[in-house]
Amino acid sequence: MSILLVVLGAVALVVLIVVVWVIAAYNGLVGLRNTVKNAWSQIDVQLKRRYDLIPNLVETVKGYAKHENTTFENIAKARSACMSASAAGAVGELGKAEGTLMQALKSLFMVVENYPELKANQNFLALQEELSSTENRVSFARQFYNDNVMRLNNAVQMFPSNIIAGMFGFKPAEFFEIESGEEKKAPKVQF
Amino acid sequence: MNIYEQEKHNRRATWLIVIIFIIFFGIIGIGFDLFFTGVPPVGSVIAIIIAGISVLTSYYSGDKIVLASTGARAVNHSDLKEHQFYNIVEEVKISSGLPMPKVYIIPDPDPNAFATGRDPQHSSIAITEGLLAKLNREELQGVVAHELSHIKNYDIRLMTLIAALVGAIVLLADWSARSMRGLGRGRSSSRKGGGGGQVILLVIWLFLIIIAPILAQILAMAVSRKREYLADASGAEMIRNPLGLASALAKIESAAEPTRAIKRGVAHICIADPLGRSFTAKEGFVANLMATHPPMPERIRRLKEMGYLIQSNQPPA
Repeated sequence: MSILLVVLGAVALVVLIVVVWVIAAYNGLVGLRNTVKNAWSQIDVQLKRRYDLIPNLVETVKGYAKHENTTFENIAKARSACMSASAAGAVGELGKAEGTLMQALKSLFMVVENYPELKANQNFLALQEELSSTENRVSFARQFYNDNVMRLNNAVQMFPSNIIAGMFGFKPAEFFEIESGEEKKAPKVQF
Repeated sequence: MNIYEQEKHNRRATWLIVIIFIIFFGIIGIGFDLFFTGVPPVGSVIAIIIAGISVLTSYYSGDKIVLASTGARAVNHSDLKEHQFYNIVEEVKISSGLPMPKVYIIPDPDPNAFATGRDPQHSSIAITEGLLAKLNREELQGVVAHELSHIKNYDIRLMTLIAALVGAIVLLADWSARSMRGLGRGRSSSRKGGGGGQVILLVIWLFLIIIAPILAQILAMAVSRKREYLADASGAEMIRNPLGLASALAKIESAAEPTRAIKRGVAHICIADPLGRSFTAKEGFVANLMATHPPMPERIRRLKEMGYLIQSNQPPA
């Protein structure tokens, strides 16, 4: 009789521990997924801020450098590609479009180098500060997002929390990587 | 120790300090009752009430007291450089996942910075005009990340509380030493012949009052010194760039004049010793005991080492 009680007690204890663990693991996964979602919306906010800044910057540069039409057109094209990818919520596509936009902006700042008066313009300097700040925000928001994606993906794929993730349909999230042409190029080796 | 362990550790340390502080006030009050008034609870009750009030005020408005004492003002957004500082705080805040702290400028030409508050939701960052003028964008980013990691791991709560409580202890010891002199003279002739035990107790109690302010300051310094290395490292990790902070520290070190706007009581919350004391530059027993900050060359060396590790981990470009 007493042995039966002990066995029953032990079984109940094990069941209790398992139940508590399942609840904790489930809640942990929900927390991670929400953090990832929140981190993505922060990236989104900063990207929008950047898309709003770019036309202002281009207008200011146009006032001094009227004949750089190709550069302006490239920026406009890249910007609208980014905006449609961001509206569609396509993480991978957005990364590629962002890379193109970064390249286009880089060539804009190379153009600016040829116009000393423009470089001294207060309005331009303020816009340049806003743009570089926004670029930092995007990259920090991306870092925060990717760190949390890694934590979510680890939880979803590692044993034993992957059992809970499978049961409740948690999926790994996609990293946000900006593919700038430079980073992808293989290093050139010359002998 | 990582930032989460540090946060837990800080919460515990905060409680410990508050309890020690209240016990200390209690002892002073009991001693006062035993040796002078003779009516047991009066001194103790008053002392504990004073202790409670100072803990509560320093918890809820310690940050305001600290900021007011430095003459901090709001950021002027029409100034490009000050607006840039505000922007940098917004950027780094994103990578830390913290809410936006309040941002202040201290009108002082010596470069320095500190963070204060009771938790990330009620936090402030302040830098001097000198720091703003001397540092470039990357260096400022390093300093801001250092301060934000103080906020993230609750160093600010502990440090602000200590700043306020050390002030209260110094004040109380001062005050009771003075009132004792007056009382002692009046009562010395009429004192009932207490046993030798009571004399020893009195001596211990007097010793405690004399030593307390010194101990409190040494404690504040020890607490702050250990935290600077960690804030350097976790700040660098926050922005994935230790070299900005390293070169900022070198610039701050080279301008080692005292920061006049920052008073002695808040020295331990700053990024660099505002009193410009030379022993922060050395290692050794006295330096270790008295400095609020670890030696600058060692901090810079550790950051550069981190920078080297990061670079060697990346594929060659």
